[in-house]
Amino acid sequence: MDNELTALGILFTEFYYWVTVVFMFLIHVGFCMYEVGATRQKNHMHTLMKNTMIIPLVTVTFYFFGWWIYFAFPNGPWIIGDLLAAPFATANSELMGSHLGGPPVQDALTADDTAFWAHINGVFWAAFLLFSWTAASIVSGAVIERIRSSAFWFLAILIGSVFWVIDASWGWHPDGWMVQKLGYHDAYASGVIHAVAGGFALGVLIPLGARIGKFDKDGNPRNIGPRNPWLVTVGLFLIYTGFWGFYAACNVPMIDIQDGEGILFSATNIYLGPTTLSAITLNFLMSLAGGMMAAYLVSKGDAFWTYSGGLAGIIGASAGNDLYHPIQSMFIAAVVVVIIYKLHFWVERRFKIDDAVGAVAVHGYAGFLGVVICGFMLWGYPASPNPDYATINPLGNFIGAVIMFLVLGFIPGFVFASILKAFGMLRVPEAVEIVGLDVSAAIAQEYEDAAMVEAEREVVLASYSSGEK
Amino acid sequence: MSTGNVESWTGNMSEIGAVYPFVGMETTLMIAGIVFWVWWHICQVRSESRELEEEARKHGNAETMNKVLDSSDPSKR
Repeated sequence: MDNELTALGILFTEFYYWVTVVFMFLIHVGFCMYEVGATRQKNHMHTLMKNTMIIPLVTVTFYFFGWWIYFAFPNGPWIIGDLLAAPFATANSELMGSHLGGPPVQDALTADDTAFWAHINGVFWAAFLLFSWTAASIVSGAVIERIRSSAFWFLAILIGSVFWVIDASWGWHPDGWMVQKLGYHDAYASGVIHAVAGGFALGVLIPLGARIGKFDKDGNPRNIGPRNPWLVTVGLFLIYTGFWGFYAACNVPMIDIQDGEGILFSATNIYLGPTTLSAITLNFLMSLAGGMMAAYLVSKGDAFWTYSGGLAGIIGASAGNDLYHPIQSMFIAAVVVVIIYKLHFWVERRFKIDDAVGAVAVHGYAGFLGVVICGFMLWGYPASPNPDYATINPLGNFIGAVIMFLVLGFIPGFVFASILKAFGMLRVPEAVEIVGLDVSAAIAQEYEDAAMVEAEREVVLASYSSGEK
Repeated sequence: MSTGNVESWTGNMSEIGAVYPFVGMETTLMIAGIVFWVWWHICQVRSESRELEEEARKHGNAETMNKVLDSSDPSKR
């Protein structure tokens, strides 16, 4: 921090990301409420704990290796270059601890590293970590009521601390190979978070199979539906709220974007291309509105799908929401929502996929479409301030969407879930699924309740019936 | 005497870097942390397998399952 302006910029950035983390925490609260609300009573606690334990498990693994992957993998590695050094992001770096920015002790670091990263590393890591929780939480909702917790947590670590981070390094890092060579543009993570997590969820759902009774003898799906619509409603509103933090965290809040003489401070997107909080606020709200309006019509006023459509609308427009006009965002959101709604039910009937909360549709299909549409809408725009990088184009974004959904999402999800299934570790035993994953706790509680009533009855018999009181 | 690099908050503050205790132990800490994480999974998988086996054995009979199904069957409430 060699002058006051630099110091102010760094400290403001530190505070900015810290606030986004607080907001994004609400996404996880929302996911927990939403999932429990969509679960039958006999599985409530299992569902809650399955999602809750994402927090510690993805946190420690993202600390141990996820953060390093983001900075080490922009070249693939070995797609356009080698593994990159990221000495500030390894779990044994002094910059992954409390640090005041003075000279480094470790040889791999420079004084510039410590001066900058001492203030930014923790909050930037946390912002990315909250994206990681979201990626894992998206998968969590799809697989409720039959997956083993241990299997889910293993898969959650893979999507939350490995595969989404690889795609972020490829397509979200300012120097990622997809940005450089494909002109890939995905400013608010339609593909980077949502398509990859939705694809991963679909990959897991195939070997996992449907819940018992989801399909009748003729293969027609039954609507298991939300059990507690109020919890689902509050959960989805909290996810909307946390999404504000998510959008803000995808920006860099204040840097000098002027090329040449003079200084011009601006917010930028993750690729360091200029945008404003004002622009993304307009687009966020208009895409939310477009998504909800379309979902209300196409679902004939179904509350669950109207709320989910709001999310899918934002996700469908997110790839280009740094540059779209708000009315464009609204229409893109509406079109995406109609397609993903129809696609969800078609896939359910055709392939007997039991996606309990529509996560594959709302995140996976909407994210995929969002990236593809962005390639057409922003055709010819610079993908980066670096003039040597490719410009945004339909083919580049289509290939990018396939990489997100299929290569880094669906295939790893399918492969690892199939391995777990082969070892009999993916799904709970049939009897446990039928009686409910909380049944032992419920029966134990019944015994405790009966014992409590008996104890109270003894007091009544001893004191009241004898006329003492 | 200090367990870390800081013995005073006076002087040239820009010379202060890492402030946690036992600077230099980072790799050891990382290995210990990873061992703890892996150990947690091993314990959890063992415990979950035992519980699921026990529950399947205890409740995997027609009487218990029918009782549970009856309690959630709207036509029998």
